[in-house]
Amino acid sequence: MKMSRVASYFKLPRLSYRVWSVWRRDQDVFMKTYKVNFIPPLIEPFFYLVGLGFGLGGFVQPQEGLSYIVFIAPSIVATSMMFSSFYECTYGSFVRMYYQKTFDAIIATPLSLEEVIAGDLLWGATKSLINSTMVLAVILAFQLVSNPLFLLILPLSFLVGLLFSALAMCFTALMPNLDSFNYPFFLFISPMFLLSGTFFSITILPIQVQMVANMFFPLTHAVALTRALTAGGLSTTLLLNFSWFLVTTPFFFVLSINLMKKRLIK
Amino acid sequence: MQSMVLIETQSLTKKFGDLVAVDNISFQVFKGECFGFLGPNGAGKTTTMKMVHCVLPLTAGKLTVANMDVADHAREIKKMIGVAPQEDNLDPDFTVFHNLMVYARYFDIPKSEAKKRADELLRFVQLEEKRNVIIDQLSAGMKRRLILARALINEPQILILDEPTTGLDPQARHMIWDKIRSLQKQGVTIVLTTHYMEEAAQLCDRTVIMDNGKIIEEGKPRDLVKKHVGEEVLEVAYDEEVLKFLRNTFPEARLDLVSDRIQVFTNQPKGVFAQILSKFTFKAAMIRDANLEDVFLKLTGRRLRE
Repeated sequence: MKMSRVASYFKLPRLSYRVWSVWRRDQDVFMKTYKVNFIPPLIEPFFYLVGLGFGLGGFVQPQEGLSYIVFIAPSIVATSMMFSSFYECTYGSFVRMYYQKTFDAIIATPLSLEEVIAGDLLWGATKSLINSTMVLAVILAFQLVSNPLFLLILPLSFLVGLLFSALAMCFTALMPNLDSFNYPFFLFISPMFLLSGTFFSITILPIQVQMVANMFFPLTHAVALTRALTAGGLSTTLLLNFSWFLVTTPFFFVLSINLMKKRLIK
Repeated sequence: MQSMVLIETQSLTKKFGDLVAVDNISFQVFKGECFGFLGPNGAGKTTTMKMVHCVLPLTAGKLTVANMDVADHAREIKKMIGVAPQEDNLDPDFTVFHNLMVYARYFDIPKSEAKKRADELLRFVQLEEKRNVIIDQLSAGMKRRLILARALINEPQILILDEPTTGLDPQARHMIWDKIRSLQKQGVTIVLTTHYMEEAAQLCDRTVIMDNGKIIEEGKPRDLVKKHVGEEVLEVAYDEEVLKFLRNTFPEARLDLVSDRIQVFTNQPKGVFAQILSKFTFKAAMIRDANLEDVFLKLTGRRLRE
């Protein structure tokens, strides 16, 4: 009995091509308001680069052998992956589920709830791809990219975005109302934003904090991989960073779909 | 025409934890008819609808649509059903037309065909002028009509209407009724829930009355009225003497006291009240046709429901 309860959280969803019709619905909404969606992600990195890179960077010694602005440029790309997908599948999905009843409308068609959630997750991953690509374009324009492999950041951003979408969707399945999202944002996203080797080398931190960051913060691995692909060199530890996503992403993808089913189908 | 069973349930039950929302009900819906679920709020009507269109799993019992079991043919069943839910779940980010187009995509309807159907449906529900308007700018009645149009985008054999006219003004309500009638004429089987008795009397070939998750009565609206409350109702202002008099005159009748009025229900043929009124005068006396509302209140009581 107890085992089957645990197993019910990891039941593999049955998905079909219909997932894409949900993805396309979300994309349609995005395109309706493209001005709002495209301009801020292009402008925001500019402030980070000027404020932190040129401003604060004047006082900070090189980090991990990179000048400060070169060090934080990939962090801005990686954090945009996190924020765009996590927002999409917390606030975005919650509004669709709870206020707009969009999910109810769709499951009255041949789509299943599993497919609806999977479509939203894939859209969250796509948002990560879109936003981080724009940020990448900005740091390219600032000539902060030296590794010719930087285009690999695009598929990486989709994978990282998928994980953050799935994590976000788990919270969406559990939160009673919109205000409750303060918990994951302040207690999970904010510390991750600061302590994942984003704005200073993670090796400066006490070893216990480093361990927590490596075990529980996806952003740590996203930043390490992105930095390697913009300015750093390749090393075997990158395989560990990458494997971390390969293991956790399917895990949370499946878990989030089952949590949503438990919330919405009684 | 009413021979082929399209929806069949046996001992259908739905529990939410300890709450029994639908309690062991059985019913059949025939092809081409308009079948109504009447009941107060919380009777289990919507829950039953949701099981029929495969978005809620059954707790117990059996439910088939066109001989397919909902447990393992959800996709096929959902393809042949159109659903107009009680609450507005239109996509607020899209225009009227785009709402239909996006919905058509969920049914794999090719774009050119979807366009054609969307335009036809907008004409059908008289929303052509609002084609490119954002949902927020529609009135409640227009939203209901658009929801109806959306439910028809897949050319369904079965149309499920959950409280199709709740909250609408009389003009909007009559228009929806006209559309429902014309759809039935085209051969669409209609299953609707309502707590407006007039709606059921106007539209439904057969109805069931639900209360507390159970079906408590079933039949044609007119037969139900005749069976439970007769043909006419006499209403007079409350007065102790009048009450006594009426009791003696109509010993078999049912007398209800509703606030300051007496209602007399009798099985006797039409005209008996007119006879009495021609001989005696009562304060604020009125004879009216018995209706489904009388049946409903008799069967489900006057207690308020949450």
